[in-house]
Amino acid sequence: MSEVNNQRRAFLKTSLGAAAVAIAPGMLLFDMAHGSTEPVSGKVRWGMLIDTNQCKPGCDECVTACNTENGLSGGKLPTDSQWIRKIEIKDISTGRQSSLPMMCQHCEHPPCVDVCPTAASFKRADGIVLVDKHRCIGCRYCMMACPYKARSFVHEPLHDQNPDVPRGKGTVESCTLCVHRIDEGLQPACATSCPNKAILFGDLNDPNSPIAQKLRTVASTQVRADLKLNTGIRYQGL
Amino acid sequence: MATLSALHTKNKLFYLLLALGGLMVLAGLYAVHMMEEHGHIISGMNNQIVWGLPHVFAIFLIVAASGVLNVASIGSVFGKTIYKARAPLASLLSVAMLAGGLTVLMLDLGRPDRIIVAATNFNITSVFAWNIVLYSGMFSLVAVYLWTMMEQCMNCWTKPAGFAVFAWRFILTTGTGLIFAFLLARQAYGSALLPPMFIVLSFAWGLAVFHVVQAVIYAWNEKVLDPTILQRKKNLLGIFVLGSLYMVATYHFTNLYFANRVEFEHFILFDGGLFPNLFWWGYVFFGNLIPLALIYLPGLGQTRCVMAASMAVVLGAFVFLYVFIIGGQAFPLSIFPGFEVSSTFADGQINEYHPSVYEFLVGIMGLAIAFMITTVSVRVLNFMPQDKHYIAD
Repeated sequence: MSEVNNQRRAFLKTSLGAAAVAIAPGMLLFDMAHGSTEPVSGKVRWGMLIDTNQCKPGCDECVTACNTENGLSGGKLPTDSQWIRKIEIKDISTGRQSSLPMMCQHCEHPPCVDVCPTAASFKRADGIVLVDKHRCIGCRYCMMACPYKARSFVHEPLHDQNPDVPRGKGTVESCTLCVHRIDEGLQPACATSCPNKAILFGDLNDPNSPIAQKLRTVASTQVRADLKLNTGIRYQGL
Repeated sequence: MATLSALHTKNKLFYLLLALGGLMVLAGLYAVHMMEEHGHIISGMNNQIVWGLPHVFAIFLIVAASGVLNVASIGSVFGKTIYKARAPLASLLSVAMLAGGLTVLMLDLGRPDRIIVAATNFNITSVFAWNIVLYSGMFSLVAVYLWTMMEQCMNCWTKPAGFAVFAWRFILTTGTGLIFAFLLARQAYGSALLPPMFIVLSFAWGLAVFHVVQAVIYAWNEKVLDPTILQRKKNLLGIFVLGSLYMVATYHFTNLYFANRVEFEHFILFDGGLFPNLFWWGYVFFGNLIPLALIYLPGLGQTRCVMAASMAVVLGAFVFLYVFIIGGQAFPLSIFPGFEVSSTFADGQINEYHPSVYEFLVGIMGLAIAFMITTVSVRVLNFMPQDKHYIAD
């Protein structure tokens, strides 16, 4: 009898050990994939100050960095996604020329969020405007509503996606402000890649942050400020 | 025997028409399958022209679906006898066109498989979401209205149901106009004039469709429409065409008055290549002036003229929507007013659009669905207007 019991105990121990070994990595991966469960803080409002005086015409390091970070093809066809683009502008009356990057302006009152029928377009508590790829039905109304042409529609099936930046054929997408990097305490790829440090990223709500301090001391503008959308992206030197 | 053989021929013709409609629906479904498989890359739409030919078809069908109910409203709400006799046919056409238009809109989505998401996630600030409610409400209300008209014991409810439909269709077309009116940043849209403009356009488009269908049904049943009735209905079409021309003119005049929209108006009315030609020749001349001449010129205004005028109004409607929807997006969005701009994303450029056959097939499918619903319903149920000898109201 006792021999039989020992065998049973040994079997149970081995089984439990094997189960633990099998489940543990899965649990670990689940935790890693799940990320932080803490909600983002509404006290923060992420934004950027772009110094157009430092932004060089012809330079598109920020565009390349964005494409690499987010797994975009970098194609320039009318059907290709462009989350950030360089715009060359020339004042018609004075002839003054500038160059600047244009992307989702992460408005406080985003028209894309207002018009989205399924609430797939949404604004995070920290001011980042995003698209829930599982909820977007691909109606493109947000693209019609965006005053900055900041959104792209995925026209083709996608391959080899970056796991941190899920995208989907038939859905709309735009600059996420590299939300996956921000959540890890990093800065957006465009800001870190700019060779002239023309893009200053930070918390607009923190009076001690470099961006808030600079906004207090230099003249800055919001693109289409007349629309009163209170954009998170500001421009200096326009 | 001759009558019997004629009946056989008609029977065959009915099934042939049905088969044709079915083929068109199948072709549309094939196009949808291809877009689902390859993505919208096979359509002519892109990141600049995000709404294309399917939207022209869908919006025509939805606006006309609302407008055709005018015939029913004049009967049920204002008690005009000749219109009352036509209310069931008008309601049927409304349901049929709404079904066709909504199918096109739904199947053109990037993710048509997620339609349940649209039905279960409702963003209260979205005019698109409001329209989902308005469209389904319209279906239900018109179905009830039809029931009260076709079931004798329910006839006492026809008037309240007619009132409800009358109010609902105004709100529905307002909703359609608001889709564009709420686009604050686009020079072509963002005008409070658009909802009333769409309402008046719907009157003309809906009545034109009604005239065409009515003429076909009368011809099919070898009956002749009382000339006095035709006279009244053709005059009404004339007034609606004049009304819509007035609204469109007012929309362009107000735009011309705003300095920030003058450039857009020059583009769409004068130097925008295809669009001004389509607008002046296709919409103004062919879609308005020709029908008005056919209706009002002395010696004209007979059945054939009214039929031709109605068809011209329908064609003009498609041209108008093409210019309004595609032309409105082709003009570059003004992000930096007062600046010349250029980029890799077509900033500052006139946007190109070349519709593909797939889009066309999806759009045509909407017409085919409306056609099939109407043809089958008219055959199996009594939608033929029953006129008593005409007495002025």
